[in-house]
Amino acid sequence: MAQLDVRQKLEILADAAKYDASCASSGTSKRDSRGATKGIGSTEGMGICHAYAPDGRCISLLKILLTNSCIFDCHYCINRKSSNVRRARFTAREVVDLTLAFYRRNYIEGLFLSSGIIRSSDYTMEQLVEVARSLREDHHFRGYIHLKTIPDADPGLIEAAGRHADRISINVELPTAAGLERLAPEKSASRIQGAMAGMKTAIEDGKDASRRYPSAPKFAPAGQSTQMIVGADAANDRDIVHTASGLYDRFALRRVYYSAFSPIPDASAVLPLKRPPLLREHRLYQSDWLMRFYGYRPGEVAQATDEQGMLPLDIDPKLAWALKAREQFPVDVNRAPRELLLRVPGLGVKAVDAVIASRRWRKLSLADIGRLSRSITKLRPFIVTTDWRPTALIDRIDLRARVTEQLELFGA
Amino acid sequence: MYRILLPRPDDVAAWRDAARQAALANIAASDLLWDVEGAGQDLFGASSSPLPPASPGAFAISRHFLRLVDDVVPHRDPERFSLLYRMLLRLLEQPGALADEADPLRRRLDLLAKEVRRDIHKMRAFVRFRELGERFVAWFEPDHHIVRVNAGFFVRRFSTMRWSILTPDLSIHWDGSSLAEGPGAIRADAPDGDPVEALWKGYYASIFNPARLKVGAMLKEMPRKYWANMPETALIPELIAGARARETRMVEQVTPRGNADVAWQALREEASHCTRCDLHRCATQTVFGEGPVDADIMVVGEQPGDQEDVAGRPFVGPAGQLFNRALDEAGIDRSRLYVTNAVKHFKFEPRGKRRIHARPNAGEIKACRWWLDQERAIVSPRRIILLGTTAIHAVTGKASSLASVRESPIELGGGVVALATIHPSYLLRLPDKAQAEQDYARFVDDLRSATSP
Repeated sequence: MAQLDVRQKLEILADAAKYDASCASSGTSKRDSRGATKGIGSTEGMGICHAYAPDGRCISLLKILLTNSCIFDCHYCINRKSSNVRRARFTAREVVDLTLAFYRRNYIEGLFLSSGIIRSSDYTMEQLVEVARSLREDHHFRGYIHLKTIPDADPGLIEAAGRHADRISINVELPTAAGLERLAPEKSASRIQGAMAGMKTAIEDGKDASRRYPSAPKFAPAGQSTQMIVGADAANDRDIVHTASGLYDRFALRRVYYSAFSPIPDASAVLPLKRPPLLREHRLYQSDWLMRFYGYRPGEVAQATDEQGMLPLDIDPKLAWALKAREQFPVDVNRAPRELLLRVPGLGVKAVDAVIASRRWRKLSLADIGRLSRSITKLRPFIVTTDWRPTALIDRIDLRARVTEQLELFGA
Repeated sequence: MYRILLPRPDDVAAWRDAARQAALANIAASDLLWDVEGAGQDLFGASSSPLPPASPGAFAISRHFLRLVDDVVPHRDPERFSLLYRMLLRLLEQPGALADEADPLRRRLDLLAKEVRRDIHKMRAFVRFRELGERFVAWFEPDHHIVRVNAGFFVRRFSTMRWSILTPDLSIHWDGSSLAEGPGAIRADAPDGDPVEALWKGYYASIFNPARLKVGAMLKEMPRKYWANMPETALIPELIAGARARETRMVEQVTPRGNADVAWQALREEASHCTRCDLHRCATQTVFGEGPVDADIMVVGEQPGDQEDVAGRPFVGPAGQLFNRALDEAGIDRSRLYVTNAVKHFKFEPRGKRRIHARPNAGEIKACRWWLDQERAIVSPRRIILLGTTAIHAVTGKASSLASVRESPIELGGGVVALATIHPSYLLRLPDKAQAEQDYARFVDDLRSATSP
């Protein structure tokens, strides 16, 4: 295989993978290659972003498709059957060599491998599993592997994928069943969810075996995740938040990723070609954060949406909720329980922990809170300290305007 | 005034020994000078003396503080040793004082620790090895004295490779079994020419999505100071410069008409379950647009009325009949038009047995605009006829009076033109017959000129 050949394939098959949001390489079991005679690699819990692209995304894994040919015709997908995109296909061997060459130079934490569906779901899944197997067994690779699985593939193959990979993901693609029906007629919401449920059971069985037999092989130690496309169907933010929280609850997902629908070259006539709603994607991630780390219930996030069920774009959802739940404020930082402090706009989890640790030592003043947090202006209307009490501020009509920050164009 | 000379700038053990000795001798922080071998001139050299011999004794100190020492000592700030010593003395008086996060000294030490940890993390991320014969060599410029602390990470990860990491102050070399230290180096000691870098650059350029330019987010995590030693960063300026053009090309690509019929059917099916605003609660059904999906001309009305709501088709009630009559007079075949409404559910107020039409508000127009945009994308008409102010608002995105836009065509971009006229229901509400005749004639004229080639 000539070098040029591999480079052309790499460009085509990385380009085809750029619509996948996830590049996470964290949360797996610890491994390294000390004392080994063969092999390479380590995982230390925290994933590392080895580079950042100008789209602000982290590059942690070699994220590629095995092939961008596909027998499906999903409208939102650049690789669908009817698209005119250039096609390419890697051999399993080429992906293995590329992963190792990049890893040795410290470009990546590992591999994120996905694929268009060729011949059949089982055939495609076999190819993906073969790459992971070869990395683990032939090359003793101890880095991170994320495999995208094909929902219709044989459970035995998915099980094999879980044995070799750190993380498995199955994309739900669209937040509503109606949207999936329109944009991905060959996919079925119930089959996708069935595959997720099967994966959840397998991961739990794996954990159980590890507890009883420490030497038992690990099964997808970094769990499973999924991805939803935002802005390609009619779902509003309220629908999306409810769908996501249902997925977290039912399938014990580690992450639900959102991907703002990007205009794709050679788009299907089904889709509007507009700039992707990046800010909306960002607000959804923030609401995801509120549910995972701040104890908000999905219904409470929904309270922050407007009549059309959309989160405001000019302020973050935490502030939006606080402005709608003014009776909860102000919160006395010297007395309030942790869950109430977590509701104060501008106080993060770390800042709340710091407040709670510090108040055993001193009565906190506004200056103290200023040292523990990022922006005191945003906080002030919502808190009481020893030397500050927002008497009328919390009831002022123009509060939103007073605390609204600049539109965050470059959010997390 | 006492002077302590530490052998290396990152020597945690030496700092701990000296600090213990000084604390046992009750030396105040202000009477101690901390220095590192070879780190330059000691201004008070003449007036300072070495520490008095260690007095016997020991004291316990929290693990939390020792972790802070580990993190802060590698920092470049010359004050770090003295700050840590002040903290140590305070802890001897108040053993739990570290729990007070709002304390200014504690905050300052935390910030130093954070900077060191970040530097350690960035080194793990941005070191780039190049293959030179049997060995992999990297050149890196850390901000702080972190190379020794960080060696373990690279040993654990690349233990079966032979590698060297060269930095201006210090180099470390791994031969597969043991680690050796050497003097500082220069960038030329890790020459380029590794053919895999070209592959990596190809990957970097391809995985970037030009429709999602977020330069600020990139710079926050990958500041420019690291760029010089990373092969892929040379591509950034051209990727940013070309992004807008690439994205515009993506958006301007002519949509293939191949699956427009299927797409429209699917869209209509999806719209029948729409809950984007509250109007679906009381209306009978979604009234979607109708007409050929390759129509040249699209007509946008306001919203379904009482009869449309029941029939599930647009423009079949009294206003629809008037609209048909006007089309006939203007010589237009309705079956060639794609006819739809800005809002697709009937909005009304019940009055006894009757349902009285109510105007959709801005929020409802906005919610429903999503469907209208999709219809426009599929039908991609050359001209759009806007019937009344709701249609103007829905298509242009802003509320304007009919009078202000009626006389001149509105450019919508991409060669699409919109023309505004009245909504036929307005004619039904006019009490003055003569006025109605006059306005109807003008409506027919508007339709005729809007559809003339």
